[in-house]
Amino acid sequence: MLKMATEFENMTDVRTAKMSAKDVHVFYGDTHAVKGISLDLHQDEVTALIGPSGCGKSTFLRCLNRMNDTVTTCRVEGTITLDGENIYDPKIDVVQLRARVGMVFQKPNPFPKSIYDNVAYGPRIHGLAQHRTDLDEIVTTALEKAGLWNEVKDRLDSPGTALSGGQQQRLCIARAIAVNPEVILMDEPCSALDPIATAKVEALIDELKGRYAIAIVTHSMQQAARVSQKTAFFHLGDLVEHGDTTEIFTAPKEERTRDYITGRFG
Amino acid sequence: MSKETTEFKPTDWQSPEMKARIKRRYRKEKSFRVMGFTAVIIAALFLVTLLGKISSDGIYGFFQTSIDLDVPFSEAVIGNPRDMDADAFEQQVMRTNMLRLINDALVKEFPEVKSRRDRRELIRMVSSGARAQLRDMLLADPSIVGTTQRVRLLASDDIDQVRKGKINPEEAEANRKVKDRELAWYNKLVEEDRISLNFHTAFLTHGDSRDPEMAGIWGATVGSALTLVVTLAIAFPIGVLAAIYLEEFAPKNRLTDLIEVNINNLAAVPSIVFGLLGLAVFLGVMHLPRSAPLVGGLTLALMTLPTIIIASRASIKAVPPSIRDAARGLGASPMQVVFHHVVPLAMPGILTGTIIGMAQALGETAPLLMIGMVAFIVDIPGGVTDAATALPVQIFLWADSPERAFVEKTSAAIMVLLFFLIMMNGLAIWLRQKFERQW
Repeated sequence: MLKMATEFENMTDVRTAKMSAKDVHVFYGDTHAVKGISLDLHQDEVTALIGPSGCGKSTFLRCLNRMNDTVTTCRVEGTITLDGENIYDPKIDVVQLRARVGMVFQKPNPFPKSIYDNVAYGPRIHGLAQHRTDLDEIVTTALEKAGLWNEVKDRLDSPGTALSGGQQQRLCIARAIAVNPEVILMDEPCSALDPIATAKVEALIDELKGRYAIAIVTHSMQQAARVSQKTAFFHLGDLVEHGDTTEIFTAPKEERTRDYITGRFG
Repeated sequence: MSKETTEFKPTDWQSPEMKARIKRRYRKEKSFRVMGFTAVIIAALFLVTLLGKISSDGIYGFFQTSIDLDVPFSEAVIGNPRDMDADAFEQQVMRTNMLRLINDALVKEFPEVKSRRDRRELIRMVSSGARAQLRDMLLADPSIVGTTQRVRLLASDDIDQVRKGKINPEEAEANRKVKDRELAWYNKLVEEDRISLNFHTAFLTHGDSRDPEMAGIWGATVGSALTLVVTLAIAFPIGVLAAIYLEEFAPKNRLTDLIEVNINNLAAVPSIVFGLLGLAVFLGVMHLPRSAPLVGGLTLALMTLPTIIIASRASIKAVPPSIRDAARGLGASPMQVVFHHVVPLAMPGILTGTIIGMAQALGETAPLLMIGMVAFIVDIPGGVTDAATALPVQIFLWADSPERAFVEKTSAAIMVLLFFLIMMNGLAIWLRQKFERQW
């Protein structure tokens, strides 16, 4: 009993969250897309955001690195902190924030440049490498971490857009980790990929979780179960339930969660 | 359950109605194809007629008739270069009326022509440009003084028209410009094989002239080039920057909507209105030199700006948002997103729009009329503030000239203009293919 209590404490309060959202509301004009969500992302952990289409999980994810800023009708309320700092504070430099909180998108979107330049772009604009050799080192490491190095090491000069879909997505992940972010947000990274490419990306996520706090939006229950340690279930803009992935999938507290994960709606 | 199965009726794909429908569909498609093909044929016919007419006329503009005459460079007329130094000889040559040499040559050729009036008529068969030709010969090689040289002298435009068959000798004498006596002289020269039709490089290297056989296109070409340089230098940066700002940075509100509507309207404003604006602002207020490529270029830049802005905005808008997201997600600033990713991807479209705008400006006459680039200018302009004219204006001026020989010069000038337009469009295609990348 005592052991269980300490474990419980370990899980929620004792460790400080890498990113923490408190009572976040998002409006698109008059539409209330996200309704008061509080969620923590921890280092060394993958958090899966699941829920039916249009439930606000992608919107919430895009708030975490302020990608919604460019949508003029979008309004965000509540606080989101990164290492205790409010990222919507006017003093925060959004460009630097996005370097610390990287993002991988639903559709692979490599730049129409060479593989090398794709990965080197982030380090270049942030001045992370002083010399060409440093940059080579960063690019190599990022591609190795993304599990793409062996496939592309002989053709770093060929265009990134010429790779296959799965390779392109791993290139995008390499590009994201090349700037050495602290958090990685993934918005349905495997929805455009075949099962083999999906397996590779999932293995990669597993590999990466030791170094980054990762949040992943997914429509695949199996994927959420396979790659995540924490799962949050969204429905119609509400966070219905969140907790350990094993718990959510084996003993969900809410009926809506149970219905969704067993495929009864959504 | 059983009710549903009884009510379900499979579509009868073989029914007569269905067959008739398919037949009708094919008939419609066929008639559409025929109409489309006819439209293309008609358009092609128009184009072929236009180009055919212009080139069949214009090709003569590049050729000019010459008369071979034995010119005696007598010391009595010019003086002896051995008796004086080079400068004095040059002055002497400049002072001498070269018509006397031509006169002497013609007297030798036509000894039967005696009266002063007839002689004057005879001498009119040779172009007034022949004097400069003889002068240049003497200055280049003084040693020819004292000898008789066979010189290929430019014929007058009337003789040229006879040679080119544009004047019909069968017509009543009163109705033609070249009289019977002149025709007789001409025929004598033809018999002696002294008349020849040669490629006329002076057309491509000289400025304008009142004499069709001396008129050239180079002055107008340089004027057009200088004008376009000014236009490009003004319109391209302003247009592209305006497009980038409006598309990527400007807030979407009433003001920017108003600006957008106005830019679209400006693209449809008749070009002469821009000419009036140029007249009022650049000449009236700013007192820039009249007839200068600088003012012409500024005016045409105003006209080209909307085209460039609209084309650039369209191609910036066509850059997929995923590329912007990718760059933003890596922490690129808005400036970096635009200049590292959006503009390079939009470049083919921007360049195509710019070159189309430039081609439009190259062919524009009306605004240039308003700011005085319609003047008769013989000199080749040396800079953007020199008086100049432009190719389309030159065409307009020549088309307006009374001399028969200017008809072919007009067509030849149109050919030169079309050549430059085709080159610019070729450049646009080449640039588009060079910059086009897949994403």
